[in-house]
Amino acid sequence: MDLGAINPILLIAALMSAATPILLAATGELVVERSGVLNLGVEGMMIVGAICGFAIAVETGSPMIGFVAAAVGGAALSLLFALLTQVALANQVASGLALTLFGLGLSALLGQSYVGVKPPRMGDVDFGLLADIPVLGPILFSHDPVLYIGVLLVAAVWATLKLTRLGLILRAVGENHDAAHALGYKVVRIRTLAIMFGGALAGMGGAYISLIRVPQWTEGMTAGVGWIALALVVFASWKPWRVLLGAYLFGGITQLQLNLQGAGVAIPVEYLAMSPYIITIVVLVILSADRSAAPGSLGRTFHASN
Amino acid sequence: MTPLLSLSGLTKAYPGVIANDDVSLQIAAGEVHALLGENGAGKSTLVKMIYGLVKPDQGEMQMHGAPFAPAEPRAARAAGVGMVFQHFSLFDALTVAENIALGMENAPKLRDLSEQIRQVSDTYGLPLAPNRVVGDLSAGERQRVEIIRCLLQDPKLLIMDEPTSVLTPQEVQILFETLRKLSADGTAILYISHKLEEIRALCDTATILRLGRVVGTCVPRDTTARDMAEMMVGKVLATPTRAGVEPGEIVLALNKLSLPSPSAFGMPLREISLELRRGEILGIGGVAGNGQDELLAALSGETPAPVGMVQFQGADIATLGPNARRKQGLLAAPEERLGHAAAPDMSLTENAMLTGAVRERLDRGGFLNWPAARGFAERIISAFDVRTPGPANAARSLSGGNLQKFVIGREVLQRPEVLVVNQPTWGVDASAAAAIRQALLDLATGGAAVIVISQDLDELMEIADRFAALNEGRLSAPQPTKGLSVEQIGLMMGGAHGMEVAHV
Amino acid sequence: MIRLEKRPQPSRAFAYLTPVLAVLATFVFGGILFAALGKDPVQSILTIFWEPLFGEFAFFYRPQLLIKGAPLVLIAIGLSLGFKAGIWNIGAEGQYIMGALCGAGFGLAFYPAESALIFPGMVLAGAFGGWLWAMIPALLKVRFGTNEILVSLMLVYVAEQFLASMSLGLLKNPEGFGFPGSRNLQQYQSAHNAELIAGSGMHWGVVAALIAVIFAYVLLARHRLGFAVRVTGDAPRAARFAGVNPSRLILFCLGTSGLLAGLAGLFEVAGPAGQVSIDFNVGYGFTAIIVAFLGRLHPVGIVLAGLLMALTYIGGDIAQSQLGLPAAAIQVFQGMLLFFLLALDLFTNYRLRIGRVETA
Repeated sequence: MDLGAINPILLIAALMSAATPILLAATGELVVERSGVLNLGVEGMMIVGAICGFAIAVETGSPMIGFVAAAVGGAALSLLFALLTQVALANQVASGLALTLFGLGLSALLGQSYVGVKPPRMGDVDFGLLADIPVLGPILFSHDPVLYIGVLLVAAVWATLKLTRLGLILRAVGENHDAAHALGYKVVRIRTLAIMFGGALAGMGGAYISLIRVPQWTEGMTAGVGWIALALVVFASWKPWRVLLGAYLFGGITQLQLNLQGAGVAIPVEYLAMSPYIITIVVLVILSADRSAAPGSLGRTFHASN
Repeated sequence: MTPLLSLSGLTKAYPGVIANDDVSLQIAAGEVHALLGENGAGKSTLVKMIYGLVKPDQGEMQMHGAPFAPAEPRAARAAGVGMVFQHFSLFDALTVAENIALGMENAPKLRDLSEQIRQVSDTYGLPLAPNRVVGDLSAGERQRVEIIRCLLQDPKLLIMDEPTSVLTPQEVQILFETLRKLSADGTAILYISHKLEEIRALCDTATILRLGRVVGTCVPRDTTARDMAEMMVGKVLATPTRAGVEPGEIVLALNKLSLPSPSAFGMPLREISLELRRGEILGIGGVAGNGQDELLAALSGETPAPVGMVQFQGADIATLGPNARRKQGLLAAPEERLGHAAAPDMSLTENAMLTGAVRERLDRGGFLNWPAARGFAERIISAFDVRTPGPANAARSLSGGNLQKFVIGREVLQRPEVLVVNQPTWGVDASAAAAIRQALLDLATGGAAVIVISQDLDELMEIADRFAALNEGRLSAPQPTKGLSVEQIGLMMGGAHGMEVAHV
Repeated sequence: MIRLEKRPQPSRAFAYLTPVLAVLATFVFGGILFAALGKDPVQSILTIFWEPLFGEFAFFYRPQLLIKGAPLVLIAIGLSLGFKAGIWNIGAEGQYIMGALCGAGFGLAFYPAESALIFPGMVLAGAFGGWLWAMIPALLKVRFGTNEILVSLMLVYVAEQFLASMSLGLLKNPEGFGFPGSRNLQQYQSAHNAELIAGSGMHWGVVAALIAVIFAYVLLARHRLGFAVRVTGDAPRAARFAGVNPSRLILFCLGTSGLLAGLAGLFEVAGPAGQVSIDFNVGYGFTAIIVAFLGRLHPVGIVLAGLLMALTYIGGDIAQSQLGLPAAAIQVFQGMLLFFLLALDLFTNYRLRIGRVETA
């Protein structure tokens, strides 16, 4: 065992990267839930995003186009969920599970010819001299662009929800869809757009795993990250900045257990590997006391009756 | 002079019902126009057409002589129509200012809007703090949010749907002052109600609807309440009767019943004490949201209480659950018919089983006797004249009045010692309401005790022996209903809520 | 313009019709999918649904129907109770694993002793393992209000790691030349869940599934507890008003589904699978979710749905070897089925009206 092999600066830099898939997916799901919809299909949208992004990046040679494709793929799958829950008025829990089961199958099918392929590498953003600052340089200024996009998206979602009329309408629809409808807002349209936004971000989160974290394609490679993202939204009490905090916390745990595995700690690998899931449960338990922050219409089906 | 709004020949049909049939009326600027009718007469459908929520099948509307056909509420608001809903279209978790911004087309920045809210609320005597969270407001204050939301749009026509059902008498007076001021400034008001005295006090003209048709118009000040009632109902209803009964021994006693609030926007119960005797009806009034649901849950056993706070026939039942209380004879009928008193998608037989299992012996060692439950449901249906093809029909297929008769009948037929009902006739047509009230009176005459929780003061004055009011989770000391004045009742209900803000 | 109108009460006809229509729609779109993969759609579907039942080697495949169907039905019956009441156990896969580990662990602890009591003990241990694993989300929900969906799902990943640890460690076959995986229970007489009638596919798991179906049917139709489950699903407040204790119901529903999933795991590990290994679980716990919905959460429906899903597994294998149809295509096919079912379910509670536009 050699704990000295773990470099704290590299650990922090790596945890930011480990957190990004969860961060993207949870930010998207936060918007979906704030509009009053519970989409349990995050895992399915992520894995479909992971293969779409991977395949397109390999075919075009451009990781950035891959990420765009991942967003499109995730959004397209989420549109199925929107059809089920907003048009066919199906139960949101069941539809979300269906989306995940379907997405896992679809991604495996799409990914058959990509097993073992190496994707093009995404370069880091060039901050010039900033990257050479001791400690701060490697932590803050030596990452790929998508990581920064993730953080910017959190800020954008926060600002939109807090400061803009669009955000106010979104919150209103999530809080009380009947009242929003009575005031003349298009509940179904707003929710559908929110669901697609969530799908796009989940897709990007998935692609971050297959293109940057791992980087290669294996079936079921998201391994529950989508579910952790769902837990994170609860953990964050539906607040964007807390999603960031939570994502970095989980990223830290994931990265730490990977480093401990690498360092050959006396704990068996399997027990280290189950730790992120167990910690998710523990965090859920601690925070489930406060449900008051949940949007009022979350998970309820809306039908405009006369 | 062309009227502000004129409706001619409006017709709207839904499967199985014609909600509006050839309805015409005219409203002039500054006029306070009453739309009078029973539940189900078509008042709501009519105003929804004016507000752009529903499109008429036939007929046309004109505003200032020009055709008016709003495709959605936004268009109606742009044309100067404001509406205060009966069930508020408010968002509990948002602030007053945010709620108001959502109802405006071009909402200014929140800071400017807050300033405007303060101005309007001063001008019209409607005190309201812009940055409070709506979920914490009283019903009267919530109504003010809706009214100010409309006023900020500078409406030419303000539609008020049953505005006084959530107010104390004092708050009603404040509202009327505001409406008179508005009318004097030239705003027309379409005032929907079934309360005749209010209409006589406030309105210039009244249009009376029955079963979707206009059955008459009148000048309320010159018409007796009785004449208007006859036009509205179509026949003179028998007032409920009861033989005078001397109250018997105490059957139910609450001893400083206190419970925490069940949810973020619920109401705690605070030291409620009362004694209920056999043969009496205790009426509990109060504005919605002051602890009515919580009190019913504490009595039915849905929320158990600490030891010693609830005594039934001399025994402590505070910690017992609903079925144990039913077994002893304490029954209840909650306000919310669909989802609380009855399961919407389940048949009437299954709904009869829901509360009847214990006392009707439909449950033998855990196994359910469905034929007997069906028999029980059939007995309820015939004894309470529930209109339905049969007990196999789902609860949600029944009209509000019929389902309410079923729910009340289900408890009454189980021969309760004490029956607690919440809003027994809310949203129920007049004949069903009369039948329900008569059943409650008969129950008391037979020696049971009844607690009627209701927001309809007229109803309570009509059937209750004693009256008490819930305010902020506290219960006032019960008073005999005979000789109780409106002012006294209003004070028991807490006077005018939230007026202190005005004097900041 | 078409618009939706809520029916005064749920349509019985559509409640029965929806699964059939969903299967038909899945045939059509599944066929399109197979065609897109370059396979003959008609032949693919015949291979999946006809070959195992009536083809040349049907005698070999038919018993498989029971072997694959039993765990699906057993798990789905448990899940359906919770789903009816709005209690979402989606971690049956984890409970299945834990049942198998506890049951196999119990049996292997006595190796090589032979006794008629070992197998019954394993059954109890398996049921206990699944029940225990489901009790974690149940107790957390009752005590802290924690979301049972997320907790039960997280526990699947924990169980999978635990399975890996066990097959590499404690339960590893000491005579297995270092390969991961436990001793083969099929070769341990007292612990073997053998076929009851040779060549029929009938083993104790099938018997347990049938008992569970009858139990669930009686419970839902005739018993107070089943009524409590149904009322809670329709209107939780009404259930509370009727005296249902929500906490006890959560413990009952999650406990029962965990117990049945644990049993399914035990019968699988002691019978068809034979040993604890890293890749022991093949997703029955998740497919059972589809089975439960496809069977309309009704015990009889679940039997039919379970057999149909078993058929897609068996037929999928045949199609894979004969036509080269990828295994993932079958997974997509199953997912599609659930989609169509949920979408078409609309017509149970709503009907379409062709009429004038309403502002929506």
